[in-house]
Amino acid sequence: MASTPYQHVASRSIVEGSGHSHATQSGIWVGIFAITMSFAAFTSALMVRQGTGDWRHIELPPIIYLNTVALLLSSITLERARSRATHGSRSQLRDALPWLAATLALGLVFIAGQYFVWRQLASAGLYLATTSNSSFFYVFTAMHALHLLGGIAALTYLIARIAPRQAPPRWSLFEGAAIYWHFMSVLWLYLLVVIAMRL
Amino acid sequence: MGKFFAVILVVITLASAYPIVTHKFVQPEDISTHGHAIDEQLADTMAEGGFAFVGAQLLLAFFVWKFSSRKDGSKVTHLPGGAKLMVATAFILVGTEVLALGVLGQKAWADVYFTSPKPDALQVQAQAGQFAFYFRYPGADGKFAPLHPDKIDEGNQNYFGLDPANDVEARDDIVTAEMTIPVNREIHLLMHAKDVGHSFYVRELRIQQDFVPGLDLSLHFTATKTGKYEIVCTQLCGLGHYNMKAYLNVLPQDEFEKWLKDRAAEQ
Amino acid sequence: MEEAAVQPAHVHAPPEGFISKYIFSLDHKMIGKQYYGLALVSVFMGMVLSWLMRFHLVWPDVKVPALGALAPTGAPGGLITPEYYLSLLTMHGTLMVFFVLTNAPFAGFGNYFLPIQIGAEDMAFPRFNMMSFWTTFVGFLVLVLAFFIPDGPPTSGWTAYAPLSAVGKDAGPGLGWGQNLWAISIAIFCVGQLLGSLNFISTTLDLRAKGMTLMRMPICTWAWFITSCIGLLAFAVLLPACLLLLLDRMAGTSFFIPSGLVVSDRLQNHAGGSPLLWQHLFWFFGHPEVYIAILPAVGIVSHVLVTSMRKPLLSAKVLIYSMMSIGFLSWMVWGHHMFVSGMNPFSSLLFSFPTLTITIPATIITLIWLGSLYGANIQITSASLFALGFVSMFVSGGVSGFFLAQPSIDIYLHATYFVVGHFHMVMGVAAIFGILSGTYFWFPKMSGRMMNETLGKLHFWITFVGTYCIFMPFHYLGLVGNVRRYASFVDDFMAPLMPVHKFISIAAFITGAAQLIFLYNLIHSRFRGKVAPENPWNATSLEWSIPSPPPWNNFGGRHPVVFHDPYQYGVKGSKGDFVMQDSPEQITNG
Repeated sequence: MASTPYQHVASRSIVEGSGHSHATQSGIWVGIFAITMSFAAFTSALMVRQGTGDWRHIELPPIIYLNTVALLLSSITLERARSRATHGSRSQLRDALPWLAATLALGLVFIAGQYFVWRQLASAGLYLATTSNSSFFYVFTAMHALHLLGGIAALTYLIARIAPRQAPPRWSLFEGAAIYWHFMSVLWLYLLVVIAMRL
Repeated sequence: MGKFFAVILVVITLASAYPIVTHKFVQPEDISTHGHAIDEQLADTMAEGGFAFVGAQLLLAFFVWKFSSRKDGSKVTHLPGGAKLMVATAFILVGTEVLALGVLGQKAWADVYFTSPKPDALQVQAQAGQFAFYFRYPGADGKFAPLHPDKIDEGNQNYFGLDPANDVEARDDIVTAEMTIPVNREIHLLMHAKDVGHSFYVRELRIQQDFVPGLDLSLHFTATKTGKYEIVCTQLCGLGHYNMKAYLNVLPQDEFEKWLKDRAAEQ
Repeated sequence: MEEAAVQPAHVHAPPEGFISKYIFSLDHKMIGKQYYGLALVSVFMGMVLSWLMRFHLVWPDVKVPALGALAPTGAPGGLITPEYYLSLLTMHGTLMVFFVLTNAPFAGFGNYFLPIQIGAEDMAFPRFNMMSFWTTFVGFLVLVLAFFIPDGPPTSGWTAYAPLSAVGKDAGPGLGWGQNLWAISIAIFCVGQLLGSLNFISTTLDLRAKGMTLMRMPICTWAWFITSCIGLLAFAVLLPACLLLLLDRMAGTSFFIPSGLVVSDRLQNHAGGSPLLWQHLFWFFGHPEVYIAILPAVGIVSHVLVTSMRKPLLSAKVLIYSMMSIGFLSWMVWGHHMFVSGMNPFSSLLFSFPTLTITIPATIITLIWLGSLYGANIQITSASLFALGFVSMFVSGGVSGFFLAQPSIDIYLHATYFVVGHFHMVMGVAAIFGILSGTYFWFPKMSGRMMNETLGKLHFWITFVGTYCIFMPFHYLGLVGNVRRYASFVDDFMAPLMPVHKFISIAAFITGAAQLIFLYNLIHSRFRGKVAPENPWNATSLEWSIPSPPPWNNFGGRHPVVFHDPYQYGVKGSKGDFVMQDSPEQITNG
């Protein structure tokens, strides 16, 4: 199996054979599969409900597009962080730190921005239970935000571990968090398309 | 003890088959035009299923009898044909029979669901609500008045929420607690749910269909025998579900006309 | 990925102290036992609920002594009200399907034995594993809480159809906070199962020992793996469904509630929802769920049968592929629960074809078992008796499914006792037999002691005969048109059927009482049973190559190497009549 990128890093963290790091990888993909299935369920609920009559198109607050840009940017910064850290020593991990922090910040900007989207909808009189469209809008965006918070928690943990005198985090964790984060971006793009076209 | 298992299993198998083979538990007499296809399907399935059940259990019993608690030093042997034979049996024997029954069974289903009611079918609307059925006939104008849920008033027997003051068609609608229909005349049953899910089940008519709130569903059937039959709710609808029923009276055509005229006069 | 490479030196440190050994344990073995224990508590609760139901149906005017004190609203004076009957029914189904049938054969035995059978030290994510149990446990507590609230437990069945379950307390007793607790409990349960499935999948894919190719895994390992794949996707759909239900109930949304409903004289303030949407979401989960309930039992029974027959199956590979096809087909058949639901009747026909097709792999599996019994040298033990009993039950339950798979027949049999008979045969008996077979088989490994075989066999005979006496008559009642979920039988045509119901109830009490023999055996053997050797059944899979009970890291720090599949019984040229998976002994086949 491919050697893990920083096997030479001495660690108090778990001695790692490729079996285990691969498990983290496959675990993330399994988790992504499950989350995809959940959103597929929400989508099919939307499809079924669209059979009935009372749909009034929602004007999307423009800030939602800004949030989208922020999230996509955060994927880019995360990739920069990854390429910095690939060479594996602790000092190079610290090189990745600003990019990781940028990713985290952009993620938080997204969440804050989504909150503003909700505020704007509310001021237009659209709450969770107002119409079928609004119900789905809030459910889709809230569920995505909730899962993104999981990603934010993972990034926070990674950043905390890269701090001096901490044992460095496992590479598989870094990779896993990155894959998850990118999935959140892709998922958001999909939801945005659904929201824009169908709600 | 393996032999004891075999014996017990044979007894259980024969005891299970006995009530079926002696027709101790059968559907009530079919009084519908489409039901015979369902009954035939059921009988064919019972024969095939019964054969599979008895065959498999007896085979299991036989093998356990023969191949358990053997003498020390007995060698194990393998079934000639091996897994290939089992797979072939499953596909050819079971697969074709099962799918054949499925294909043949389409007709019975199609008779109920893929045909349209005749234009001169008698229209009756059934409303299911916690925990009673009510029925409505369109009256002389042949039209059902629209329903207004906000006007429902059980105390004043306005079960459907009719508004005779504002809807002309409502004035001649006939509402009853029993469903009375003429024999040998196609009935077009319109189904309306008032509150939660219910279901319409008449065993003798071989029909069953859920009432779904928000959906306009309908069934059509023809009763071929006069008599009094039970309509029961089969979709769990709350504490009174067990007691939610109505009677279906199938009358000769002339008696039905009289009954309808009497009900119209009462409204 | 055929073989995983060498594993890490240790996955987690050896546990120290009572809390990390027995409560918040990271050890998959303890977690498996915790799941099993939770299932044991749940099954006894569920059984008591069913006794109350059977008693009420047949002797509705006889007071149940303690019940009036325990449930003053539900059973005033010891007489069960119709709504309480529905509460008992709902909680019985919910406890049994979720907390017994998903917990014991899959999370219980799977957690304990999957890592060992593939030669791993523990699951891939021990912390997630621990979280999955405690999450499930919290879900259990939330559910049981419903018994103690004033309005009582929900009354909408384990299927919780909308709008009955969605409009709130207007719809009747138990449908206020009782239903909320149900939805919250099940949502929590989903999270626990998702964590568990994640673990099973990653562990199976990545932590197999050297030489343990996928096809060398025991059949029960395969069954757990396939089940976890199904579970991952199924629970990922139920969770959103429960969330949407909670939103309808508590936030005023209308996912499942259309407009114009008048419930208890109150016009409901909802619009646009679809009750059928709930059914589609629920059954899209619900049908795979029943395969989650049965496949581990299929795996366990196959595993026990091979050991007991002293010969391999005709083809383990064919059986594994059949389990996979069942898993695959299980996603296409959910509409067969909805034939007369008001969905498009053409869809009903579409759903019936894959449903009928599942008969084929199920038949292949049964024929493989039967065909393998030919020429075998069957060792009769409690474990093998339950395994053989399972084969019988699987046939019975499968055959009745064949009737229900046809929409035309379903017109007559839907919502009758025929359906109840069918699913109890496959889930309430067969799957339970799988759990019991596994218990008698693996108890020596898990506890280091043997169970009492005489008591085990007595338990089997009463249970085997008893469950046939209970559930076979359900089919007859269904054929006459006896409707299900009725708290009382007040219809004219029911009177002649009451003696059958009495027979069933009495059989249920006797069979239920016999389970106390099992409970006694479990507890007594745990402390006083004969000390068990490492391999009491002369079996071949890896769990039998380690001490009974196993050390905290399963293989004592060594990395097992696997040379054969686990079916090397009756092998020509071998020293005994079996060769263990980790024995380098050369053999002529496999």
